[in-house]
Amino acid sequence: MQEMMKNRAYALLENGTVDRVLGWTRGEFAYDMTPAVFRSADEVKKGFVYNDFCAANLSKYLVKECRAGGKILVFLKPCDTYSFNQLLAEHRIKREMIYVVGIECFGKADVEKVKEMGFEGITGITAKDGVYTVSTIYGDKAIKPADVMAERCLACKSKKHVVYDELIGNEGEVVEDCNRFDMVAKLEAMTPDERYEFWRGELSRCIRCNACRNVCPACTCEQCIFDNPNSGVSQKAAVNSFEENMFHIIRAFHVAGRCTDCGECSRVCPQHIPLHLLNRKFIKDVNTFYGDYQAGENPEAKPPLGKYEKNDIEPGEAGGAKE
Amino acid sequence: MKKLCLTKLNDFFAAVAAKQALYLPVNNKVGKAEFKKWESGVEMSKALNTLRSAKDFFFPQTENLMEFKMEGKSIEVIDTREECEDFVVFGVRACDAASFAILDSVYLVDPVDSYYKSRREHGTVVTMACGKPAETCFCGTFGIDAADPAGDVTAWEVEGAYMLRANTEKGEALLASVADLLEEGCEKAVEEAQAKTRAIMAKLPLAGLKLDGVGAGKTKELFDRPEWKTLSESCLGCGTCTFVCPTCQCYDVRDFDSGNGIKRFRCWDSCMYSDFTLMAHGNSRNSQVERFRQRFMHKLVYYPDRNNGTFGCVGCGRCLARCPISMNIVKVAKTLGGKK
Repeated sequence: MQEMMKNRAYALLENGTVDRVLGWTRGEFAYDMTPAVFRSADEVKKGFVYNDFCAANLSKYLVKECRAGGKILVFLKPCDTYSFNQLLAEHRIKREMIYVVGIECFGKADVEKVKEMGFEGITGITAKDGVYTVSTIYGDKAIKPADVMAERCLACKSKKHVVYDELIGNEGEVVEDCNRFDMVAKLEAMTPDERYEFWRGELSRCIRCNACRNVCPACTCEQCIFDNPNSGVSQKAAVNSFEENMFHIIRAFHVAGRCTDCGECSRVCPQHIPLHLLNRKFIKDVNTFYGDYQAGENPEAKPPLGKYEKNDIEPGEAGGAKE
Repeated sequence: MKKLCLTKLNDFFAAVAAKQALYLPVNNKVGKAEFKKWESGVEMSKALNTLRSAKDFFFPQTENLMEFKMEGKSIEVIDTREECEDFVVFGVRACDAASFAILDSVYLVDPVDSYYKSRREHGTVVTMACGKPAETCFCGTFGIDAADPAGDVTAWEVEGAYMLRANTEKGEALLASVADLLEEGCEKAVEEAQAKTRAIMAKLPLAGLKLDGVGAGKTKELFDRPEWKTLSESCLGCGTCTFVCPTCQCYDVRDFDSGNGIKRFRCWDSCMYSDFTLMAHGNSRNSQVERFRQRFMHKLVYYPDRNNGTFGCVGCGRCLARCPISMNIVKVAKTLGGKK
């Protein structure tokens, strides 16, 4: 995959289709690749890396890149293409400035899971014939990719790219039985007290680093209200820990109907808070009350929370919390 | 040198906790270690290190400084400082123990931060030598020995026991208070454990990392380097690195309007945030590249400038493990000219 991607990057840079490439550059270890912009074939040759640990959704970087002018090549996994379309629908990026190369995805690996299996002193991880070989200073061992697959990939909603200019690898299908709402259903089945305890427990770990917001492709406000010193709602840790909880709830409301469920919020959370569950609750509710809707599937579609119809559900009809 | 048999570990914790609050690394709901107050039944985490650093004990993420209560035209100023009680932190690693010296150099110099000083005076730190350092560890670069951490008491895990060495008066007092649980220790067992740890450190990928390209006196040389742009290009501007860092020391003072008064609190700040050092005229660092540069220049150049060349990093590796885009101080230092 990496070689095919590099070859396309060389070709498209050389024939002038694009003037830069958004991808990943090598890290210190086998699993810590950083998103990077490459401006020449030589830079691609030296630094471009792609493997199962390249998990970042690159679509949000395009907001900044589109302001820089020129034309940029971006590599997008199927789930990233939904974010891309949503950004298009919200006029945050310019289609004509971007060349999208869709890349087939088999699910991303989570190095935390590798470490949780007991691997220490990791010096390398290589993939071959459907097996990862983890090298450590204590020796090598083979593991199955399925055992260390990222949580969000275990409930992958789509292997299909909803937008691309060209594709590397095969096109997949929407995954109908992805079970991504299973945990939401469990939370719904709880009593309000149990649910309150669950979220207070999870959100109590929040350190207000804002990584979830800053990585979120649906969070592209020019200035977030929590960053505005005049808004009266400090972005920093406050005297009342409930404020941290409200930050996440307000953010979930703000991205409701626009969140594509890319899972970046939970991936980047240093405290492992399952933030995606807040968003999935909204997605599930939108599906229930307004009919099935997948944000980003079609950039021309009218968003359910952004239009009015006479037979829209009335406040209160949805039913309140289960007593 | 004293010895504590692991069969007596719970008795030891109970005896310490009977006299003062005892904190130690405990696995949380998601299996990550965090410092928690010991109570009967609490088990110490086997993790190499806590996800957040131990700086919270002396420099908490948020603390109330004072309150103002308004009634009519009168304003009452309330001192909300709580008298800090004695406490023990058990299981601090060498990197975090070294970070306290860096925090001290900021908070215990004139003007002394009385809030910080009080906690330092009341806290006893028991460090734990590392058994199996990780690939993200590079404390050795800063002259820190993972096999011989500082602290009031240093502990080593050996076969079936902890060896304990008091390093300070506070440490001696702590060990004396639980003397009936301790036996005579064995230097040789400690030396063997240390040799094992050092052998592992030497094999890790960041062993021998040298920071020749950065350090005191290099502001002019490094400030305008073009690499800052590419290094910071994909930085999200989140505060993860600063908040898991044991040496990040910046704070903000904010007022919280409680309806009939003001709670003035201090909280960690992050140089990665857009309102960091915001002043009346505006912000001195308007782009992420400037904010990013500030963080690394502070640790690798400005702090050494003011502290006889000592770096403002202890090599704990938390930013290496936690940054959402895997950018970190090692990559920055190497790009700017650190050699391996």
